[in-house]
Amino acid sequence: MKITLSVNGEERSLDVDPRTTLLDALRDHLDMTGSKKGCDHGQCGACTMLVNGRRINSCLALAVMHEGDEVTTIEGLGEPGALSPLQKAFVRHDGYQCGYCTPGQIVSAKAMIAEFSNGWPSYVSDDLEAAPDFSEAEIKERMSGNLCRCSAYPGICAAIKDAAPEEGLNEREAAE
Amino acid sequence: MKPFDYVRAESREDALRADGRVIAGGTNLLDLMKLEVETPDRLIDVTRLDLREITRQENSLRIGALVSNADLAADETVRRDYPVLSRALLAGASAQLRNKATTGGNLMQRTRCPYFYDTTQPCNKREPGTGCQAMEGFNRILAILGTSDKCIATHPSDMAVAMRALDARVEIESPTGETRMLTLDEFYLLPGDTPEKETVLEPGELITAVHLPEPPKGKQAYRKVRDRASYAFALVSVGAVIDVQGGKIAAASLAFGGLGPRPWRNADVEEALVGETPSDAVFDKAADVLLADAKGFGANDFKIPLTRRVLKAVLSDLTGVSQ
Ligand SMILES: Cc1cc2nc3c(=O)[nH]c(=O)nc-3n(C[C@H](O)[C@H](O)[C@H](O)COP(=O)(O)OP(=O)(O)OC[C@H]3O[C@@H](n4cnc5c(N)ncnc54)[C@H](O)[C@@H]3O)c2cc1C
Ligand code: SF4
Ligand code: FES
Ligand code: FES
Repeated sequence: MKITLSVNGEERSLDVDPRTTLLDALRDHLDMTGSKKGCDHGQCGACTMLVNGRRINSCLALAVMHEGDEVTTIEGLGEPGALSPLQKAFVRHDGYQCGYCTPGQIVSAKAMIAEFSNGWPSYVSDDLEAAPDFSEAEIKERMSGNLCRCSAYPGICAAIKDAAPEEGLNEREAAE
Repeated sequence: MKPFDYVRAESREDALRADGRVIAGGTNLLDLMKLEVETPDRLIDVTRLDLREITRQENSLRIGALVSNADLAADETVRRDYPVLSRALLAGASAQLRNKATTGGNLMQRTRCPYFYDTTQPCNKREPGTGCQAMEGFNRILAILGTSDKCIATHPSDMAVAMRALDARVEIESPTGETRMLTLDEFYLLPGDTPEKETVLEPGELITAVHLPEPPKGKQAYRKVRDRASYAFALVSVGAVIDVQGGKIAAASLAFGGLGPRPWRNADVEEALVGETPSDAVFDKAADVLLADAKGFGANDFKIPLTRRVLKAVLSDLTGVSQ
């Protein structure tokens, strides 16, 4: 089946078997290997991408179901020489060891900051209606969909906290 | 994954006409298709249908079947008037999954019984008549209420537990264009001799919405106990609405997750509470009623005392009476 996706702002056409996941479409058909495959079952978050601005597990998404959608991957956030604030902060705070979960962590954190800024509550928010603090407990709960087998969590958490203001924390966007 | 035909439905009529399996968020169906637990010949992608609205109607809040779990949890009306639902949704899965998972798909998600997932093992739900490996096997997460000698699986949804406590009704459209509305007790079937049949949804029918009645009086809570602090299914969960007036419990609505093949609700438990002055003894009596027929299968025996403790803790929080 022929489909067109907008990947990191560029129109890309590809011909895929309907069984192809969005993750495999990018990795195997477009040679964009930044997004990683950990579990392939929605359990680890290594494959996290933004689709129309929302973070999802691209391993549990069929590429054909995303015809016309806007996809953002780690390659779209920054590149060597022009790293994004989150990418720089992960380096600064040692937010990884092997690095396998890192693209997913960073893409996920990017969306998490936007969700937070739009006033979304989390399971650990005391009050569902008031804006919560950007606390460590909130960051951990909101990032629980990204596992790190190297357990670099302290660095990940510190990096996110550090980069959040530069990534637009509390700049409320219009809901998509 | 087995090959399948892919059909993108552009209208509700398209979807109801096409003969095949509905796919919405895909977070459960694709997972099961990868393992070949599910092997549909044709997928009908319904995600382009106009079922994404949350609308206030005269006596209800209508939640379109394609509203994502994330959008529903963050909806301002839901946060204010139905916090038990917001909390239950936020307790489920991860932020990534909630962005993709839909209201209809969440209701229809299948059990997390490990043998159901493993096609090398017997399982009456996956292959009727082959037996139930869980009964004497790994059943830590499985049911203690509503089981049969064919299947002891639990329904894994958090959202459905809150909806059951809120007296939600499911709106279903049939291929002939008729609409019916069912409570969750009417919607979900107990396993009996046919654990492969989980709901009364007929082939070709589409869930189009869930309706919540007027917000109930009283306080609401959702409490979930699991093996890790986040991103794990419930061992036991309670969705509760309790109204205390003049020192007595005026109304109680309690639904439980992790205990049975459907979000579990037992009117006798609520009856044991209504009209009473909240106290440790009253809470215990409610737990006795709830657990009267509870049956463990070894590894899940712990759920019986755990359920009592979680129920009592929730009642204590909502009534302000310490245990
Ligand atoms: C790692 C992981 C952890 C999870 N943790 C939790 C948790 O803690 N709590 C929890 O509650 N859930 C949890 N989930 C499950 C998740 O909530 C479900 O996968 C999701 O809600 C399913 O929705 P979907 O739209 O993706 O459904 P799909 O996968 O698209 O569909 C699921 C089923 O519903 C049917 N269906 C979908 N829409 C309709 C419709 N409109 N009408 C008729 N039939 C329909 C499909 O045919 C299919 O049979 C978890 C999932 C994963 C992968
Ligand atoms: S409990 Fe149900 S789903 Fe699990 S093995 Fe037994 S029959 Fe299958
Ligand atoms: S690879 Fe997608 S969640 Fe693990
Ligand atoms: S850095 Fe190795 S998995 Fe996270």
